[in-house]
Amino acid sequence: MDKANLPLPKNPFRTRGGAKAPHRKNTLDSESVVMPCPKQVILPMVQHIGAPCKPTVKAGTLVAIGDVIAESEGFVSAPIHATVSGKVSKIAQVKLSTGQMGDAVIIDSDGEMRISENIKPPVVETAQDLLDAVKASGLVGLGGAGFPTHVKLNVPKDKKADTLVINCAECEPYITTDNREAIENTENVLNGIVTVMRLLELDRAIIGIEDNKPEAIKLLKKAVKDSKEKEAERICVLPLKARYPQGAEKVLIKACTNRVVPVGKLPLDAGCIVMNITSVAFVSSYIKTGIPLVSKRVTVDGSAVAEAKNVIVPIGTPIKDVIEFCGGYSEPCAKLISGGPMMGISLASDEFPVLKQNNAILAFNEKDAVLQKTTDCIRCGRCVQSCPLSLMPTAIANSVKLKDIDALNKQGVMVCMECGSCAFNCPAHRPLVQTMRQGKAMVKSAPKK
Amino acid sequence: MEEKLIVSASPHIRAKTTTTNIMLDVIIALMPAVVASIIIFGFRALMIIADTVLVAVLAEFLSRKVMKRENTVTDLSAVVTGLLLALNLPVGINPIFAAFGSVVAIVVVKQMFGGIGNNFVNPALAARIILLSSFPTAMTTWAKPFWFREGAVDAVTTATPLAMYANGETTSLSDLFLGTTGGCLGETCALALIIGGAYLMIRRVISPVIPLTYIGTVAIMSLIFGQDILFQLLSGGLLLGAIFMATDYTTSPINTKGKVVFAIGCGVLTFLIRNFANLPEGVSFSILIMNILVPLIERATNPRPFGEKESKNA
Repeated sequence: MDKANLPLPKNPFRTRGGAKAPHRKNTLDSESVVMPCPKQVILPMVQHIGAPCKPTVKAGTLVAIGDVIAESEGFVSAPIHATVSGKVSKIAQVKLSTGQMGDAVIIDSDGEMRISENIKPPVVETAQDLLDAVKASGLVGLGGAGFPTHVKLNVPKDKKADTLVINCAECEPYITTDNREAIENTENVLNGIVTVMRLLELDRAIIGIEDNKPEAIKLLKKAVKDSKEKEAERICVLPLKARYPQGAEKVLIKACTNRVVPVGKLPLDAGCIVMNITSVAFVSSYIKTGIPLVSKRVTVDGSAVAEAKNVIVPIGTPIKDVIEFCGGYSEPCAKLISGGPMMGISLASDEFPVLKQNNAILAFNEKDAVLQKTTDCIRCGRCVQSCPLSLMPTAIANSVKLKDIDALNKQGVMVCMECGSCAFNCPAHRPLVQTMRQGKAMVKSAPKK
Repeated sequence: MEEKLIVSASPHIRAKTTTTNIMLDVIIALMPAVVASIIIFGFRALMIIADTVLVAVLAEFLSRKVMKRENTVTDLSAVVTGLLLALNLPVGINPIFAAFGSVVAIVVVKQMFGGIGNNFVNPALAARIILLSSFPTAMTTWAKPFWFREGAVDAVTTATPLAMYANGETTSLSDLFLGTTGGCLGETCALALIIGGAYLMIRRVISPVIPLTYIGTVAIMSLIFGQDILFQLLSGGLLLGAIFMATDYTTSPINTKGKVVFAIGCGVLTFLIRNFANLPEGVSFSILIMNILVPLIERATNPRPFGEKESKNA
């Protein structure tokens, strides 16, 4: 591929399907507020996709913000740092939001929010420096998936990346954290992009952003134009049609580059590295300050929350503390969601902590929480039309019912990314995402031929 | 926190469309045809419509009750079936025959195969064909438009435009467009059917693929065989069939490619039956035959997952 010849798109490329989910970006203009120091933080050892971390501290250890408290030798993993200053009260098994049990380091805060003396900015001059720095920073994909970022940036020798796609689509309803990042941290966003492009020798960067964030688009465009870095000429801000799920990795790559990620492959196989805008801005801030990933901006919203806000919280803060900071529940909460309403996880309790990849806490009243009754499929085909990955959810659901593993494989159940467009659009309110997960579990547990 | 929180799989929000809304839209879309049938064929048309709808709903209610299944009357699908059946009957039909049609449609064709979404042929069409073979004379005795101004229904009869055409008689296009011809209650007034079809497409209840392909196929076939295109399109049950019957979700292919194949099949069969078979009209049979072929069409036209082609090339 001839370098510096790749076009910068002016208009997004065609994507398929999706759902006309409501936007409900109530907090688009709510400037982020920093939450005061919590009394205690709970830091589970699993806050990323990959190998769980092992605690490196014991009960009683004194820690300051930024001290490593857990790490793992696995490559696909990210270390965890103390997010408040204080004393480790215990290392205990806690229930995780997924319903499983796992170890967590619990730190009692001393209320001082003292930053560790060990912190110093890393020296980043080569691609390897960048990978080491990103790994040490504990960064995981902040868009929600929690994939360790250094793994993504590590381009194997036999593959070639030429395009950096910055994900600021933020297609989930309610959530506005990436929008606020683009507005409040524009400089870091740009510096982060330039650093990654320079060190990984990428030809172009495309910032994909849904067109329901006009202020962020304006500021990003201006920053790109005003930048004196030579890489800035190869950066473009691409407004996308605001239609869920534009921010899904494969969909975003198609919309920004017109490339298709092959089934079962990674964005790298399409020459792309995809980073969330908050992640890329964090890379820049880490290189500047050396402060690892210890806090996270979350959108707090929903019909049962008193004041909708964007809050910067220390990671590990119990959700109920965050809700309290937002004025508490305005009416009885019937459903609590970590993440967006399309793909977020509904939580059994508000005692769970905020994790690295969390970007929203939504609390809903009874009326919004109760789902309508499921009725028979009428074969209307709305699920098929809405699947961004050209699957046939209703046909897959039939195969799940018949436990037909061959058919499930043929229909590509493993391709499903559980975006929920099908279930959102189903007039019979069938739990299609749940069915897809069942299908995947069947395929995974079936004996290999 | 004292309250129990609801834990469920994502997504946690849903679109507002429900099965009942969809059926209600179909009912609204059929209203112009209902009104037209009452204007053209008189109060008796309303009586037949009320008859089939009430019996269809009752049959749905009772059959679910007997099978000890959940009551599904509220999804309004039985109302749609009853309406469609009525619109496919001549105005002079004995109300008992019409009621029998409703029972066949709901009990035999729909509920015995599992209820909504599980029938393999269109209930109203299957019932119409069963009535046609059970009561051939009653089903092919067509009252003249505005017969009620002249006398008894079976005294003032006429032929359908397609039957007249077979005998070399022509019907004016304005009569065909406004529906002032002999025929089933709902099939004669092209104007009312087009309004209903446009409503369904604007509301995105149906995609235009099947109606346009079906009608287009008949038009092309007419052109090839040197027939009067507009006459072929406006006469008989083509518009009613293409807009309201062939687009039935349950008995037509889900994916777009399949819809095209299905609709071309309907169009070709309709034209062949009309012109080369011993029947004046072929819409019902064409759609029914294509209904049965839907599983095969779908198997051949299913979309492939995003990125599958690329992974094979890689």
